[in-house]
Amino acid sequence: MVLSTGVVLSTGTITITEERVVPLRSSEDVVRLRQVVREQAVALKFSLVDQTKVVTAASELARNTVIYGKGGDAHVSLLLNGGKHGLRLRFVDQGPGIADVELAMKDGYTSGGGLGLGLGGAKRLSDDIKIVTGPAGTSISITKWKPF
Amino acid sequence: MERIPILRMGRLLLVTIQVDMHDQLALALQDDLTNRIVRDRANGVLIDISALDVVDSFIGRMISNIAAMARVLDARTVVVGMRPAVAITLVELGLELPGVRTALNVERGMALLQSENE
Repeated sequence: MVLSTGVVLSTGTITITEERVVPLRSSEDVVRLRQVVREQAVALKFSLVDQTKVVTAASELARNTVIYGKGGDAHVSLLLNGGKHGLRLRFVDQGPGIADVELAMKDGYTSGGGLGLGLGGAKRLSDDIKIVTGPAGTSISITKWKPF
Repeated sequence: MERIPILRMGRLLLVTIQVDMHDQLALALQDDLTNRIVRDRANGVLIDISALDVVDSFIGRMISNIAAMARVLDARTVVVGMRPAVAITLVELGLELPGVRTALNVERGMALLQSENE
């Protein structure tokens, strides 16, 4: 099942200028990812609020990868689209997949012990979210663009 | 295992979170604080989060849990020093920390706890 929301960029092509892969196996790895995402957001000169939003979104999705996906990787990419810079975070796991994506996006829904704010919260904190999930695993990517 | 230090001042417990907490560390703090409230007969808990540049739903839940557990143990909790960017992000995330009292800084937080316990 694929679910994608957000702005479709019709002009220009998106190029990845740099990509880093951070393994996600434990909650210490979630902390490490937060630091990597913070570094990249600072390098792109994101505002402090946007840095905080993207790091928080990363933390929510990384925890999902560790807990529900049984571990995986985060791909942190710097994007360039025309003159616009952005940050894309892609979380990949080989876990059992999300049974009902629309339900999982709803605030307050959780199949684990969480608050159920992870997916919906990450969506609100970023510019777009793309979810591809099935029994062989899940890939969730979010993008945050730097406003001109 | 690493722990977040808890200081006692009279009947208040003070916690300054100065590290980027992983989830187990946040859970350990929750346990330690509830134990210390009982052991030290504390009636107030002040948590300074001014050094935290991120509060995600897990840490937010830990803060709410501490406030709720403290209340059941007859102690008040005040969270102080939240950064503006963290406040904006928390609300957008959908986390409004119900039942948690906040103050701008340690001084105001202490005054709030002391005035209530007089």
